[in-house]
Amino acid sequence: MKVLMKGNEAIAEAAVRAGCRAFFGYPITPQNEIPEYFSRRMPEVGGVFVQAESEVSAINMVYGAAGSGARVMTSSSSPGISLKQEGISYICAAELPCVIVNMVRGGPGLGGILPAQSDYFQAVKGGGHGDYRMLVYGPSTVQEAVDIMYEAFDKADKYRIPVMILGDGVLGQIMEAIELPEMVDIQTIPKKEWATDGTGVGESRRVINTLKIKPEVLEEVNNRLADKYKSLSKHEVRYEQYRTEDAEIIFVAYGTVARISKSAVDTLRDKGIKAGLFRPITLYPFPSDPLLSLSKLRSSKKFLAIELSMGQMVEDVRLAVNGNKPVDFFGKVGGIIITPDDIVNYVIKEK
Amino acid sequence: MSVVYKKSKMLTNVPLNYCPGCTHGIVHKLVAETLEEINAEGNVIGIAPVGCAVFAYDFFNCDMQQVAHGRAPACATGIKRCNPDKIVFAYQGDGDIASIGTAEIVHAAARGENFTVVFINNAIYGMTGGQMAPTTLVGQKTTTSPFGRGKMQGNPIKLTEMLATLDGPSYLARVSVSDPANVRKAKKAIKKAFENQVNGKGFSMVEVLSTCPTNWHMTPVQALDFVKNEMTKVFPLGVYKDC
Repeated sequence: MKVLMKGNEAIAEAAVRAGCRAFFGYPITPQNEIPEYFSRRMPEVGGVFVQAESEVSAINMVYGAAGSGARVMTSSSSPGISLKQEGISYICAAELPCVIVNMVRGGPGLGGILPAQSDYFQAVKGGGHGDYRMLVYGPSTVQEAVDIMYEAFDKADKYRIPVMILGDGVLGQIMEAIELPEMVDIQTIPKKEWATDGTGVGESRRVINTLKIKPEVLEEVNNRLADKYKSLSKHEVRYEQYRTEDAEIIFVAYGTVARISKSAVDTLRDKGIKAGLFRPITLYPFPSDPLLSLSKLRSSKKFLAIELSMGQMVEDVRLAVNGNKPVDFFGKVGGIIITPDDIVNYVIKEK
Repeated sequence: MSVVYKKSKMLTNVPLNYCPGCTHGIVHKLVAETLEEINAEGNVIGIAPVGCAVFAYDFFNCDMQQVAHGRAPACATGIKRCNPDKIVFAYQGDGDIASIGTAEIVHAAARGENFTVVFINNAIYGMTGGQMAPTTLVGQKTTTSPFGRGKMQGNPIKLTEMLATLDGPSYLARVSVSDPANVRKAKKAIKKAFENQVNGKGFSMVEVLSTCPTNWHMTPVQALDFVKNEMTKVFPLGVYKDC
């Protein structure tokens, strides 16, 4: 049965159904419905909700909870995610599983409260100090966000890595009819033998630690993390293609912008212009190989990265296309949303 | 022959790496003995701070988490809320708890989180080589207050008194380990702070006035005298909250 839900609340409910029983967060627009929802939902399922004194504290509460074996998440929006970077670096170093939602708003600084995609670099290139990555998803509908959230905790546990859901203000605030997944029986979630659940003593003692004073040991940690990221590239890449088979101009867009771009593809096709859309679903690992394949098609003439930023993902598109075809960029910032007509007009003007 | 003294089983066999005359070792021992006495073996999660005590994760014979600078009370909150039946403690130094982590400790105390904090106040940043701490005494020379801590460098933060203004904490005490009598008092306070947790009474913290002979440029005996004669004037010993 479908229910009508706001993006933020649907994401929170999907987390509960995925077995998440701990949420730590701090208020910031446009994601407040997530902590608000958890504050009333967690008591119903015997879970934990704490409104932290800061985003810094919230992410460290996540660190402690994840380290002790809990299925745990936090959410915030851009300035708050910046504050969490220290904790995210530690979480990656300690190889702790958790889920982080970023409902991106325009920046830099306090910026605005309207939708943006200007945290792409921060999300996919590291963000905090040290060599690390997260598994980053850019869902484009509330249903997709729900489905990804439902899987995110399993992925986090499997790779012992933070998973980031990179949304935007639109995804958080829009209401859509969705199908909610079944409630996971939390007894069936595999036990984490590495977690500091308090039972360790002597030989069975476990230590969650990010300090590696000996250079050889730290090198080994970095190598292990790099192997993990290679494994993500091999097994977790996700993307969608829309009318790209014979497309001459191929849009590359993710999240809300991908939905808008899809409409533009249809309008352009009606006008006799062969447009198509390549939509990365995982932003890290980035779907470089399928993009490279598209760039080698005789039919493809040009790529156009479309973003609510001054041009961030476009750099990964250029790396993937590797000079085979020109890569152009179209973007809007400040919380101003691109319309299908904006894209159509841009394409016709540039043709 | 009867055994009158032995090392607590809640300490591992890893040799402590603290400087001669440093009192971290004494406090580690008191915490370990307390954990043993409350039968917490196999039921404890400890938190090591950033600072000299970071290697505490090697010393306590229990599950341990090493966490970011100052964030121990936030991490402890996450652990304890998800594991309410486990004994959770955070071991923090003055820079960790009273400077970079001030927000975390104040709010954990205000929420009355049911865990135990052991706060080592030696009025200096030891691990980084003797810089000025939030608890450095006025006039005290450090590598970043080479002329003595002056007016514009801030006054010593009395964290225990600050937290005592809150309704959240259950037990707040300041002790010293400058001589055997005070060590025994410190043990009592630490034990009470852990028993409170067992009894679900909420947030408990013990501040321990400690030495840093290396960075104070003193002999161990001079350092103990400094705690007794100078530090206690600014940081009076006593129980600040008990309810």
